Parts: sequence; C-alpha cells; structure tokens
Amino acid sequence: MSDIVLEGVSKRFADHAASDQIDLVIPDGKFTVLVGPSGCGKTTLLRLIAGLEDVDEGRLLIDGVDMAHTAPVARGLAMVFQSYALYPHMSVRANLGFALMVKRTPKAEIARRVEHVAKMLDLEKLLDRKPAALSGGQRQRVAIGRALVREPKAFLFDEPLSNLDASLRTQMRFEIRRLQQELGITAVYVTHDQGEAMTMADNIVVLRAGRIEQVGAPLEIYRRPVNRFVAGFIGSPQMNFLGGPHAGRYDAATIGIRPEHLTVAADGALPCVVRTIEHLGSEALIHAETGDGSKLIARVSENLQVAVGQNIAFNVDPGCVHRFGADGNVIPEQKSDI
Amino acid sequence: MQRTRLSSVARRTLTWVLALAIAAPLLWALLASFKSELEAIASPPSFLVFDWTLENYRSVLESGDYLHSLRNSLIIAGGSSLLVMALAVPAAWAMAFAPTRHTRGILLWMLSTKMLPAVGVLIPIFLFYRDWGLLDTQAGVVLLLTAGNLPIAVWMLYANFNEVPGEILEAARMDGASIVQEVVRVLAPMALPGLASSFFLIFTLAWNESFWSLNMTTTDAAPLTAFVAAFSNPEGLFWAKLSAASMLSIAPVLVIGWLCQRQLVRGLTFGAVK
Repeated sequence: MSDIVLEGVSKRFADHAASDQIDLVIPDGKFTVLVGPSGCGKTTLLRLIAGLEDVDEGRLLIDGVDMAHTAPVARGLAMVFQSYALYPHMSVRANLGFALMVKRTPKAEIARRVEHVAKMLDLEKLLDRKPAALSGGQRQRVAIGRALVREPKAFLFDEPLSNLDASLRTQMRFEIRRLQQELGITAVYVTHDQGEAMTMADNIVVLRAGRIEQVGAPLEIYRRPVNRFVAGFIGSPQMNFLGGPHAGRYDAATIGIRPEHLTVAADGALPCVVRTIEHLGSEALIHAETGDGSKLIARVSENLQVAVGQNIAFNVDPGCVHRFGADGNVIPEQKSDI
Repeated sequence: MQRTRLSSVARRTLTWVLALAIAAPLLWALLASFKSELEAIASPPSFLVFDWTLENYRSVLESGDYLHSLRNSLIIAGGSSLLVMALAVPAAWAMAFAPTRHTRGILLWMLSTKMLPAVGVLIPIFLFYRDWGLLDTQAGVVLLLTAGNLPIAVWMLYANFNEVPGEILEAARMDGASIVQEVVRVLAPMALPGLASSFFLIFTLAWNESFWSLNMTTTDAAPLTAFVAAFSNPEGLFWAKLSAASMLSIAPVLVIGWLCQRQLVRGLTFGAVK
C-alpha cells in the first residue's frame, strides 16, 4: 500500500499561493496525472510530495505516515526531471547505480540491479557512454532507469516528455505507461499537455492557480467537466463556447459544445459561414463563424463537401450541451423536472 | 564565395596584427634580455643580428635576490590565492544556491570596492601596517591581496556555480546523497574547471600585482615585481638586466598556464558555450 494523501496542503512563495488548501488522494498502483496551464502549481505540488519543498500548511501522508520531517530519500519516491538531470561526468552505468552506491549497496548487487534495469529499458549497449553521447530519447530512458533502480514506492514525473520531438513523445508515453502497468507502481505525472493526461492517466487532477478544479477518470472529466475552465482545458480542439441568446435558449449564461457534437444539417439551429477547413485525413475541422460573430469548430467527416465562405448550419444534440452559470460552474441537469 | 574568402583572410590578418601588437613589448624584452646593455639601448634597436649573450641572466641569478623574491612571490601569490578560494567558494556557493533578496546588492557592493583607486587608501593602510608591524611582511601583503582579489573570485565562482543546473543537485538529493556526497561526487566534478580557472586567474593577478608589493615591502617580503622594478634605479637604467629579470619572473606563471591551458579555456568560457 502506497497511497499518497494530501490534507489541506498549502505552499506560499512570497505572497503568492502556489498550492492552496489541496486535498487529494493519490491511489496506490494508479497512474495519476496533474495537469493544468503553466503556473497552476502542478510542479510545486509534485515537489512538495517529493520533499524538495516544505509544506507550509496541512499534512502529507505516505502509507499513512506524516512526511513533514522525512527527508526526500527516506520517502521512497523516485523522480524523473524535465531536464533529465543526469550526472554529466558519470557513465550511464554510474548514473543508474548512483542511488545504490551512496547507500553503500554491495557492488555485486548494484551490478545486478543496474543490468536488470538496463535490460528492461534497452540500455545495455549504452552503459559505458556519458550522457552527452546519448540522444534525447536515450537520456530519457536513463533518467527513468535511474528512478527504477531504486525500486521506489512511487514514481514522480515532472514533464518528462517536453524536451522530446513529437513522434518520440508518443512512443515514450506508451513506454512509460506500459512500464508502470507492468510494475504496478504508483505514478504521479505532471504535464501541461491535456493530450498526455488523457492518454496516460487512470486519474486526472486538473489544477488552476494552486487549486484543484476537478479530479476524475479521463473520460469522466471529458464528458462531465464541472466548470468552464476544465471544459475548455481538456479536449482538443477546444470545446466551443456560446453566450447570449444561444445560451439563453438553454437557461444558461454560457453553453459548451464539443466539436464532435456539431453535425451539419440544412435546417440546423446554428447558421454559420465557413472560415477555414483543416484536413486531418481521417476527419476535417471546420472553423466557422455564426451571425453574431461567435467562432465554432466542428469535427466532421472528410467526405463532407464544404468550401470556405459557404453558408452552412449545425445541429446540436441537446443531450450533449454543457450548460454553465454566470460563475462558470456547470448547471446541474434538471430539464426533466421542468 | 570570393567575398567570404577575402573576409576570412582579412580577419586572419587582423588577428595576427593584434596579437603581434599585444606581444610586441614582450618580444622586445625577450630580445633585449639576450643583448648587452649597450645594444639594449641602441637606436634603432637591432632585431635578431646582435651578439647573443646569457650574461644578463647570469648576473641576475647571481645577485642572489632572485631566488629570495621568487620564494616571496610563491608564498604571497599562493597564500593569498588559497585564502581567497577558502573564503570565496563558500560565499559564492551560498549566493548561488541559497540566494536572498540581498544577494544582488552584496555582489554589486563587492564589485564596487574594485572601483576605489588603491592609492586613495595607501596612506591609512601604510600607517596601520606600520603600527601593527605588518610592513615588509609576507602576511601583510597576503592580507592585502586577499582583500583585493576576493570580489573577483566571488564573481567568477558565482557565475560558475550558477551554471550548474539545480535539477542535477536535486536529483542527487532524491537519490539519497548526503550533503558531503552531493558536493564531492556531483558538484565538484562539474565545477572543477571553473574552480581551477578562478584559482589560476587570482594567482596570476597576485603574482603580477605591483602597487601594494612595491609600497609595502622593501627587502624581506619583496616579491618578483619589486625585484624587477629594482633594476631601474637611480644608479642608471639596466634595460638588458631588467628584461632578463622580467623574463625570469614571467616564466613560472607561463609554464603553469601552458600546462593547464585546456582546463583554463574551458573554465573561462564555461558560461559562454553551452
């Protein structure tokens, strides 16, 4: 059991609250992703868990034990840094074995565990190289290996894929997820990329300005965002937001419609002019503008014949409309009662 | 194509002209050190065609003061550089890794002390030193040079430590390294070129320092700079011997610099080249 529990955790830098009264349970063996725009406090939260920052207020429990006076190493967590933070003057072998070496683990045991991890991550041929002689993806794997060697209770990842190119990033997403599932180890993963959060997480924690906006499984958050911020942050392309009379029709200040829930229909309720069309091959994104200047993006089939400047109209399934109040929070469904 | 080749030739020529201009006085002294005193003051000076002689070196070395001054220079430059490093490393460490809102101010203040003309405080310091019995002592000069070079060393080391990525030190902490292991196994190997070049720069500055050593020493603690200066005295100018003495005082630093030039270049360009 390696549940990580945060109870009312706060952290201030000068007069700015990087973490504000965070209550969160990170369940054992699950992949939890902390996601939010830059400056939302997700990295601070990870560093608080790691012990690289001290908690100002509240409690942090790992396995039910308060970590207030526990040094980072004694927490049994391993961290993979954004810059990989490999030791530049050491070989891959020494990098992997460093944590064991400082613990005075017998040499034979270090060699055995380093070999084991190197095999798992396909690093065997690189063991005698220095980090400078490795590619980005290889450095990334060494950084993960260095965490793995310690056989930690949990992995902490701080935007580990942001320095990789797009194709490698997709591959590493899968690799990290596979490794985590094989080992059944708890992982806390920080990213600003909602796509990464959606594809990797068991559990997503959406943060904004040091506060938790919503916690849930990826599809739950996608389908039932609790407020306009989460609705706009999760999902790509972004959810369409309409105000004014469009929203009034649904008794809301703003309504949100996902791009895939707009269907082109001759007698549609939302007449628009097509502004641009993005062809993705498997589907197309139509950027359109309504009569009152609101912008919409619709995800449609490539088979649909539309041209820029053409007048079209969209239909919306009322069941797929997200209704938000003036405060930005979602309005609970109660249509059936009216 | 034509243009780039032309500009590369022009650039190379300019480099050589500049290098020669900078080295010219040194070359002049090198040649003069092998001339007789008469030839040394001849105008126009002869370039390579003269009676080469080692007489100047022999008489400079025979005067007996050379070894005495060399010893003083080594003690003063070595002692003050070690003392500077002992103070500057922890100071720069603290400023780089645990900065406060005063750090910038302190750094600027330290540098501002270098703007004070030394001659402005010569009289008070001379009087203090006279009363404290520090005149013409190695310890006295070491103290002065330490104070003088400390700001430069702190600045260099601060820049050097700042180049060490914080995440690597945090990684070491997560890996369970103690503070000693963190310093010895992770930080020191990364910071070593910078430490070496800072030490060498401070050592060279102390070795070449002449204002304080000329004013604060007479015989007992006189380093090589004072020894060289002594060859231009009221009894007349001894250009050839002065040149030989100069060459002999430059030689030790030149040898050290040549031996560790690779380390030096790496250290001095640490911030510039990623």
